[in-house]
Amino acid sequence: MSKAVADAPPRLAPGKGRVLGQPVARLEDGPLVRGRGLFAADVNFPRQLAMRVVRSQIAHGRLVSLDTAEARALPGVVAVWTAAEVSDIPPIPFRATKVRGLEPYCQPILARERVRYVGEPIAVVFAEDAYIAEDAADLVVAEIDELPVVLDAAAEPAEFLPGNSTEPTIVRKEYGDVDAAFRAAHAVIELDLSVGRHSGVPMETRGAIARYVAAHDVLELHGTAKKQHWNRDEIARLLGRPPTGVHLFEGHVGGGFGVRGELYPEDLLVCLAAMRLDRPVKWIEDRREHLVATNHSRQQRHLIRGAVDADGRLLAIDDVFFHDQGAYVRTHGARVADLAAGMLPGPYRLPAYRVAGHFRLTNKTPAATYRAPGRFETTFVRERLMDAIAVRLDLDPIELRRRNLVTEAEMPHVRPVDTLGVDVVLDSGDYIGLMDQALAQFGWDAVQRDLTARRAAGDCVGAGLAFFVEKSGLGPSDGVRISIDATGGVELVSGAASVGQGMETALAQICAEALGVDYRRIRVVRGRTDRIEFGNGAHASRVTVMSGSATYHAALAVRGMALDTAAQLLQARPEDLAIEDGQVVRAAAPGVPLIALAEVARQMGPNSPLMRGRTPGLTAERWFYSEHMTYPYGVHLALVRIDRATGEVRVEKYLVANDVGRAVNPMMVEGQMVGGFAQGLGGALFEEFRYDERGQPLSTTFADYLIPTLSEMPAVDVLIAEDAPSPLNPLGVKGAGEGGTNAVGAAIAAAVDDALRRPGAIVSLPILPRTVRRHTEEPT
Amino acid sequence: MTSVAVGDETAMRRIGVTVNGTLQAGEVSVRLTLADFLRQDLKLTGTHLGCEHGVCGACTILLDGRAVRACLLLAVQVDGHSVTTVEGLAPSATVLHPLQEAFCAHHGLQCGFCTPGMLTTLVEFLKDCPDPSAEEVRVAISGNICRCTGYDSIVEATLSAAANMRDGS
Repeated sequence: MSKAVADAPPRLAPGKGRVLGQPVARLEDGPLVRGRGLFAADVNFPRQLAMRVVRSQIAHGRLVSLDTAEARALPGVVAVWTAAEVSDIPPIPFRATKVRGLEPYCQPILARERVRYVGEPIAVVFAEDAYIAEDAADLVVAEIDELPVVLDAAAEPAEFLPGNSTEPTIVRKEYGDVDAAFRAAHAVIELDLSVGRHSGVPMETRGAIARYVAAHDVLELHGTAKKQHWNRDEIARLLGRPPTGVHLFEGHVGGGFGVRGELYPEDLLVCLAAMRLDRPVKWIEDRREHLVATNHSRQQRHLIRGAVDADGRLLAIDDVFFHDQGAYVRTHGARVADLAAGMLPGPYRLPAYRVAGHFRLTNKTPAATYRAPGRFETTFVRERLMDAIAVRLDLDPIELRRRNLVTEAEMPHVRPVDTLGVDVVLDSGDYIGLMDQALAQFGWDAVQRDLTARRAAGDCVGAGLAFFVEKSGLGPSDGVRISIDATGGVELVSGAASVGQGMETALAQICAEALGVDYRRIRVVRGRTDRIEFGNGAHASRVTVMSGSATYHAALAVRGMALDTAAQLLQARPEDLAIEDGQVVRAAAPGVPLIALAEVARQMGPNSPLMRGRTPGLTAERWFYSEHMTYPYGVHLALVRIDRATGEVRVEKYLVANDVGRAVNPMMVEGQMVGGFAQGLGGALFEEFRYDERGQPLSTTFADYLIPTLSEMPAVDVLIAEDAPSPLNPLGVKGAGEGGTNAVGAAIAAAVDDALRRPGAIVSLPILPRTVRRHTEEPT
Repeated sequence: MTSVAVGDETAMRRIGVTVNGTLQAGEVSVRLTLADFLRQDLKLTGTHLGCEHGVCGACTILLDGRAVRACLLLAVQVDGHSVTTVEGLAPSATVLHPLQEAFCAHHGLQCGFCTPGMLTTLVEFLKDCPDPSAEEVRVAISGNICRCTGYDSIVEATLSAAANMRDGS
């Protein structure tokens, strides 16, 4: 449970506040709608060089030679580097794994003897501008002896290096007597299920701009995201500098989704070049590069077996899966496979469980996390299993889930497995209650009647649902410092980061509620290592839980300090005072301002007599610690229509129901649900990184990699529930970033099965027209 | 005008183009894209490059009032023409265009990267179609990719802006 801190704040009472819980307008929007944002490509420094990466066009091969002479000779080219020039820089390290033995699989910043995927950096060109750099990159000639490729993670492992196979580890988790459960089972259901390779693909490609400021002996990296402090520490270590001599800066971030903000080869290359070439160096990824260079995700094949009793109650699950990691193990280590293994049981009571996740390398772009990592995949797998059990036992799929869902009375529900290094304890929830609310809001019974009528008229239509459990609020810590200046302005400095999700507004709302100020007067600083010593960034749906709780704590501390000082000045008792709209007031007469916070801050300045012998400033820093994650949950319901002639699946109606404990800003939470759904829809029906038999990527433009546009989007209904506040933090919040994505593949697969009238027809994602047509053309 | 040899990508040419109401004259490389001209030469970085092959729509600008993709045009092609970028939409530093207002009010953006292209596309659309249905709005921006919002809020924002603009005119 969360550690009690000496002056830990009381839990915030349930219900909407003055600003917390209100759908207020975002603080972020002003500069963004005017085109005055600061995205990576918008950062420029005088004398900067452009960097262009030369990438392998061969999926697997021995790098025989690289001829850079012609590139170097091009006017405007300053330098061309191959592995030889950067041999002193270690490969990219891990930050998120406890699995040992992965080190041989780390990615070097430029390929050494071998290339292992199309898109792997093999050389870099530095030139006066990006056009010249691109011209020069085309002149680098690589001689590569092609080697056989591994493209199927479920095939027998091959050799990665002498002594290291392409299977660095198997993620195993187990509890209960699985074998006995299968022996005693009324029925055993086995499925072979696959999820395709797709990923976050934010609209802004990656970018990195480094400069060395000799005057201060500081290396700056701009265009960063997500994990600035960890990345700062690692860049410093790899370049042999003290961390105080490296600073990372975040401007605007054009979507993160898990893939942006990890430490990539290009980040180190620009830093190294800025030092060695003594000029600022700018690298902006182009879209084709993005699709082969930035982390892929998702691809897994599961062989799952479920044992049930005669009533359909789960006795055990035994799952063997193959995780297609791609060519190297990047910063996340084996995290996605670990999450898949830890989160697969989801919302159901499961007496026995065994999983073996074969973590395997292939000759594709390396993979890591993407929104709902390990959960989009395993929700598809688990919910397909539940649907198959319902068919086998001739039970209604909703009744089957009702029998197996963990009940409110069983909360907190301890599941004897861990994931991300923490034990899985489902902290709170009324799963059945939310399912019933969702069925009612969707009009499930009316939809069923309507489907019957439409089928009679010849339509190919169907409905399905899927339940999910998310995880959020990964600890262990985050801190926030809140200061009020002598004009009454409030600054909130956080070790978290923004990926475009609206965290500035959310933290400002929490601060404003606790402190008693206008949220629009709060300046939120994030993603900057020069403003706060530590931070754990923005990922794993952790910001509102961790930094939000720290904000609440710090705001109450500042409030207490302000009231103590005001009480001295007013010769009153602090407990009789309150703060309203930036003014200290008597709690009994809130409409009458007594002294402004600005004046209190002035009185707490370093030269004020009140402060003699004390640390000056109306400022407080507080930390929130958590040893357990909090688990949001929900259910997705889908209604689809299939065009029998083309095999096209059209989603006609969709509901995302998600309990987030407390919605700090319902408008933004809804935005997360609908936007998250759109990404899930892509993974369910459209998006896939495909390869030919030689490992050549086939999805290298937006004409091949199909992101949902408005034409594919149905009307999405959202049910935001606040029935089960988390007991693990003072706000009761759970993360809202991933529930919209989590169950889309599962729910749409169930609906497509239903439309086809073929239970179990859908065994892989994305559900492509050719797959659907195979079923519509076959006689039933 | 100087003649340019085919394939001579280093050749320069003088152009004059009105950008957000101001005449901008200068010498540009014949291969410089309009998007790079706006972003690099004029420092108008609000025009964003999301794909550089004309699919995503983030770089959409108005060329003589018509929505076009700045990544698919060369700077030399707009010589003598008029360009409006997202920076040119708001009437002043303190007043926003009704579409910009509505995007803020209806949560029509999250990361904001696609927003400039959405706005420019919709400015042209609402000029042609001041009283659109939701379906017409959906068609109008079906060529602009947003990865964050799921689009619903953008449609709502557009309908609200259209209503406000009709009331205001």
